[in-house]
Amino acid sequence: MAKFRVVHYLNQFFGQIGGEEKADTVPLKKDGPVGPGTALNGAFKGEAEVVGTVICGDSYFAENMEEALKQILSMIKEYNPDLVVAGPAFNAGRYGTACGAVAEAVVKNLGIPAVTGMYPENPGVEMYKKSVYIIATADSAIGMRNAIPKMAALGLKLLKKEEIGTPEQEGYIARGIRKNYFAKERGAKRAVDMLIAKIKGENFTTELPMPAFDRVPPNPAIRDLSNATIALVTSGGIVPRGNPDRIESSSASKFGKYSIAGVKDLTGDTFETAHGGYDPVYANQDADRVLPVDVLRELEAEGKIGKLHDYYYATVGNGTSVANAAKFGQAIAADLKAAGVDAVILTST
Amino acid sequence: MRLTLGKINIKGLEFGPSTRVENGVLYVNKDELTSLLKEDNRISSVEVFLARPGESVRIVPVKDVIEPRVKVEGPGNIFPGFLGKVEMVGSGRTHVLKGTAVVTTGKIVGFQEGIIDMTGPGAEYTPFSKTYNVVVKIEPVEGLSQHEHESVVRLAGLKAAAYLGEAGKNITPDEEVTYEVVPLLEAASKYPGLPKVAYVYMLQTQGLLHDTYVYGVDAKHILPTLISPTEVFDGAIVSGNCVSACDKNTTYVHMNNPVIEELFARHGKDINFVGVIITNENVTLADKERSSSYTAKLAEMLGIDAAIISEEGFGNPDADLVMNCRKLEQKGIKTVLITDEYAGRDGSSQSLADTTPEANAVVTAGNANETIVLPKLDTVIGHVEVVNVIAGGFAGSLRPDGSIEVEIQAITGATSEVGFNKLSAKGY
Repeated sequence: MAKFRVVHYLNQFFGQIGGEEKADTVPLKKDGPVGPGTALNGAFKGEAEVVGTVICGDSYFAENMEEALKQILSMIKEYNPDLVVAGPAFNAGRYGTACGAVAEAVVKNLGIPAVTGMYPENPGVEMYKKSVYIIATADSAIGMRNAIPKMAALGLKLLKKEEIGTPEQEGYIARGIRKNYFAKERGAKRAVDMLIAKIKGENFTTELPMPAFDRVPPNPAIRDLSNATIALVTSGGIVPRGNPDRIESSSASKFGKYSIAGVKDLTGDTFETAHGGYDPVYANQDADRVLPVDVLRELEAEGKIGKLHDYYYATVGNGTSVANAAKFGQAIAADLKAAGVDAVILTST
Repeated sequence: MRLTLGKINIKGLEFGPSTRVENGVLYVNKDELTSLLKEDNRISSVEVFLARPGESVRIVPVKDVIEPRVKVEGPGNIFPGFLGKVEMVGSGRTHVLKGTAVVTTGKIVGFQEGIIDMTGPGAEYTPFSKTYNVVVKIEPVEGLSQHEHESVVRLAGLKAAAYLGEAGKNITPDEEVTYEVVPLLEAASKYPGLPKVAYVYMLQTQGLLHDTYVYGVDAKHILPTLISPTEVFDGAIVSGNCVSACDKNTTYVHMNNPVIEELFARHGKDINFVGVIITNENVTLADKERSSSYTAKLAEMLGIDAAIISEEGFGNPDADLVMNCRKLEQKGIKTVLITDEYAGRDGSSQSLADTTPEANAVVTAGNANETIVLPKLDTVIGHVEVVNVIAGGFAGSLRPDGSIEVEIQAITGATSEVGFNKLSAKGY
């Protein structure tokens, strides 16, 4: 069987061009392994081979990211690889960011796997851990000997499309992907065992590390509402009767955009809720209770607001993943911005 | 307070001329059960079906699951506040038809009812594929409001379980377990060397078809309070929920609360299990603040060192869970939380709607958004077309060949947040 072809990405230092004074080195390629690439080649134990090395200066990459990525990708492509390994970058911030960006671009644009390695506090980790496998390393090159075999082993698994184990088993930094499995004991027993360990001050491992939250600061208030165009956006599932886009009652995969041009009042004949997380009786009787079109029309007539936007947007918030919700939010915001809307009233349930 | 649970192991289920237990087989008089339930004039039709473990049967939409029990000695009857008089239960002797359950189905009440498959991959996820199920299909009269419809089906399920439970009254149990709950001051001094532990038992009370009842009282109107764990075994807590099927506590799960069982199992050995605090999950911030502060205060008054906190539902109640955790931890009471996750179908989203750094010991019952394909089964009891609209389903969930693709959210009891199952999730 032919050996898998691997391209290795390095910075100017590990690529043996020079130190900080050479950090503006433009991307270049060399056939075969360079520097730590030799150890990497050895760690593949004949199953894969480093056929080429692409080197770029850290400053050049940081200052010309888009251009540098383009050049690096095209050099990588020339080797027709099956896998790309980047770094390890240890705790070097610019190098870590470059390794993450290159690995991510390889996965996304070339459709082949990539592995990198970083110290868990490297800023590149937060930026790229979701999209690529990052082997956890020590904070300096002392950790090279430890990192390389793990990167090679994970790379081979990816090449052979084998099942990837847990972060603990494989040595990569958790990507935040949750997968179900059947444990040995029922949940209540696991909870009591964990509580007893916690009371005794023994080691225990939480099954769900608390997530870090993305907090969005609100925009400053609108000074003059009488000239403002206001839009309504809801996660309460208000849709035209019949739910034309078939938005799911829970775990929504989409949002809808619906015209309310000329509509003064939502009635039970025209609108309803698709939301499965609350009692729909009152919303179905009068959807204004969730999406207050009637009140905004009054404010519009009184001149208190300039105009109610002709469209409203709706999805179902029930059990909908934060990733989907963020995606909907970005798309809706872009659309509202393009339509010149000044402010939005968000209603939830 | 001392309660003996006498467990009669049921190994077979058949229709018969009289409702009785004989050689471990439960025989059900279909006509008698049907006419008992039809006494409620808000019901237009009642049908009774049997579903046994391993059979190619799918039950959908499942509203509640209830275990047949009967009081043999001691005050009151099971499901106090709904059936009979409101006497305090939890002492004496109660017989259980172990291995059986009543499952209620019929026209869907809310969006959030579930699926029970008696065989195949779906059966792995629901505890009720392993029970001999007496399925009562209740169709309401025309024009009944959803709220009344919910109440009708809830009551019918309780009546059916009590009716079947009577068959165990004079049967010698196969197994007996006695639970003793001593007065609080005595309990506190009983095991001076052991850490004092309580259970903070969160009940789903978001309202509007998301309700739980304690002695017949809608729990959104209670302040957090103490309940004896043995009262729970006698059906003092009843589900009136149409929340997502995977993580609502069915009445069966309340009656068999596994956290209480596991705390009893370690009582007097590793811990001193001193009590259960029930609290609610109301929707306004003021209610959440009040209930969580009141819970923390009760915990402090009990003088406990640690507590297990279990959630019911997800999203909005995540805030209650987090508040309970933070307020107990701030009083120096160590906590372990039980929850489940909504991490998206690909598992890459954050799992909870709220968070706190004090929540460093969490047991998860799994990601409810993970999808599963359930093959077509020979028989459907209920109305299969609802899978396109129940929580966890989507347009096209029911495929032309009769198979179903849904999130496990739609499977009754799949991600039980009182830790009834073995399902969990790991980070990758």
